[in-house]
Amino acid sequence: MTTSRFDPQTPRRHRLGRVWSALFLGAILIAILALGALLYDIIDGAFGLVAIENRVDPASLAIEGVPLEDLSKEQLTAILAQHISAGLLRRLEHDQPFEERDRASVYALVMERVVEPKIVKTWSLTASLTQRAAIEAEVAEKYPQAQLEFRAWINPTFIQTPQSSKPEIAGVRTAILGSLWTIALTLIVAFPVGVGAAIYLEEYASDTALNRVIQTNINNLAGVPSIIYGMLGLAIFVRGLEPFTSGTLLGVADPTTANGRTVLSAGLTLALLILPLIIINAQEAIKAVPASLREASYGLGATRWQTIWYHVLPNALPGILTGTILAISRAIGETAPLVVVGASAFVALDPSGPFSKFTTLPIQIYQWTTRPQDQYRNLAAAASLMLLVLLLSLNAAAILLRNRYSKK
Amino acid sequence: MLSLLNPVRTHPQVPAPVAALTSTAEMEMDDCAIETRALSVSYGDFRAVHDIQLRVQRQKITAFIGPSGCGKSTVLRVFNRMNDLIPTARVEGEVLLGGQNIYAPEVDAVEVRRRVGMVFQKPNPFPKSIYENVAWGARINGYQGNMDELVERTLRHAALWDEVKDKLQQSALALSGGQQQRLCIARAIAIEPEIVLMDEPASALDPIATLRIEELMRALAQEYTIIVVTHNMQQAARVSDYTAFFMVDDQRSGYLVEQGPTREIFTNPKDRRTEDYITGRFG
Ligand SMILES: Nc1ncnc2c1ncn2[C@@H]1O[C@H](COP(=O)(O)OP(=O)(O)OP(=O)(O)O)[C@@H](O)[C@H]1O
Ligand SMILES: [Mg+2]
Repeated sequence: MTTSRFDPQTPRRHRLGRVWSALFLGAILIAILALGALLYDIIDGAFGLVAIENRVDPASLAIEGVPLEDLSKEQLTAILAQHISAGLLRRLEHDQPFEERDRASVYALVMERVVEPKIVKTWSLTASLTQRAAIEAEVAEKYPQAQLEFRAWINPTFIQTPQSSKPEIAGVRTAILGSLWTIALTLIVAFPVGVGAAIYLEEYASDTALNRVIQTNINNLAGVPSIIYGMLGLAIFVRGLEPFTSGTLLGVADPTTANGRTVLSAGLTLALLILPLIIINAQEAIKAVPASLREASYGLGATRWQTIWYHVLPNALPGILTGTILAISRAIGETAPLVVVGASAFVALDPSGPFSKFTTLPIQIYQWTTRPQDQYRNLAAAASLMLLVLLLSLNAAAILLRNRYSKK
Repeated sequence: MLSLLNPVRTHPQVPAPVAALTSTAEMEMDDCAIETRALSVSYGDFRAVHDIQLRVQRQKITAFIGPSGCGKSTVLRVFNRMNDLIPTARVEGEVLLGGQNIYAPEVDAVEVRRRVGMVFQKPNPFPKSIYENVAWGARINGYQGNMDELVERTLRHAALWDEVKDKLQQSALALSGGQQQRLCIARAIAIEPEIVLMDEPASALDPIATLRIEELMRALAQEYTIIVVTHNMQQAARVSDYTAFFMVDDQRSGYLVEQGPTREIFTNPKDRRTEDYITGRFG
């Protein structure tokens, strides 16, 4: 009789494998569940029934059968002049001459000053769908003047209108533009500086104690809480470099931003924040370029810079862009450092350049969530959805760019 | 004097017709493309090779043979200062290219690499078009002539033209391994180096592709000095004019045992260790 010295126990090993894979599946399910709950919560708030009371019925403002929302800018201006006091009209004219305003902004004024719709109560999407009868009964009883209507809180007007103190007509245009301006400045600064630093560290720096210290510091900086970057930005950009960040140095500051709390300060602060992220990812991407490629290049009598420029960077670019995508995602959602740097609580005018006052989407969301009224909760949900859309489209753009470069 | 440069020649066991042989061989020996004097290379504290005195003949193929780890690649990479890329590597001694020490402080490694090209073990074309693979080296080295013409001439030279002439703009990565290696050879000769170093250029290829590379090497030897590292004894015997045999000592440091015309090394080695290695009596 031969006794084998092996006891393969194949079924047992397979069983163990199945247990592990079941655990991993469980982990995925938990993640999907959490994501689903988040999306549900946002969408639940961004759509739903509202009860609206108008001061002036918009139907009564229709001219020759043309409904209010289709009227021309001139007709809207006339309606406005008719319904509001001369003093208020002068003030509006002073803020921005009607000549220069576009139709959308005049329409917004008519809604705000004349129609004055007032949302007296809102319901979540789930409630709107499942308890419609109960809601109708409640409205009929408590708000006899109000109309019940289904409202998508995220809608073209919401995206196109600036911030307003009235939740019915408040929009996120200012915040979106603020976010875009900030991200653009952040990237303009952080991308070249970060990639440059990565090239230096990977290709030029020799293995000295100093360079090791720098490397360790960069790795640690990536983990520093963002509020601390806010403090840094406040000290350096808002206070220290105030003449520059406020624009007074270039003679373009407007009085409201002479304190340095500008888009530029915000962009520079976020640039500091994502710099380690970009450097580390670019370093990884550069490291991943095969040595054989460098050898081929050097072997042909290429200089170090030619090797970097023609071979290392093009091959590292997809990886660098992946890192940049991560960095954008991080920067666009940052709130705390921008609050510290001095995001404005209320900005109704679009940012027009690096030296404007600013607010961003996450800050807008944060401010709306701190209000007690129901309507602001819905606005915050809609703005959250908007933030996700903005994030996804920026990432999609970066991914398209990356795919174009990695196609060989 | 001669004994230092070429120990084989004056070995006591040199056979009878030595006078006739030396006179012709010596004339060849005079035409030296690159030579090392007291060459040692260390990686950190580890002395990878030591005291190498080697002469490489112009427009001939010299094969480096020897057991794994004996420093063949290390010596090869000395010739175009590729070891500069390894931070721990340190080179002592002299390497004379056309009479000039390429490790002299005033010599630019970039300039050396233009004059001494290299083909690597694994085909490593650039992830660019076939055309660009050949043209790039010429372009960065300030080639003044007609680029299309250079690319065609070089690819013909590398016996690759007929296979790729219709797809010059396609990616070089789409070629077979053997074609990629010939492209790498074309890339190396496009900048008209004096010497082409090849580190086991056919070890990743099948026998037919290997033969094609060997034919190509023979053809190129009309114009170029070629140094090739190989583990394939038949290949060394088939393709090379001269052979240098390396070994490791008990510190695992490599040294040159014997060098000379391939025919002699293979039929009548002077050193017992060479014979053992060639006949496969080494473990
Ligand atoms: N970059 C390096 N750092 C440290 N040691 C190295 C390095 N490259 C090679 N060595 C060592 O130097 C010695 C010679 O290596 P080399 O690659 O030159 O040998 P080889 O003869 O080409 O071997 P093979 O035939 O296997 O290619 C070996 O002991 C190797 O471990
Ligand atoms: Mg080797």
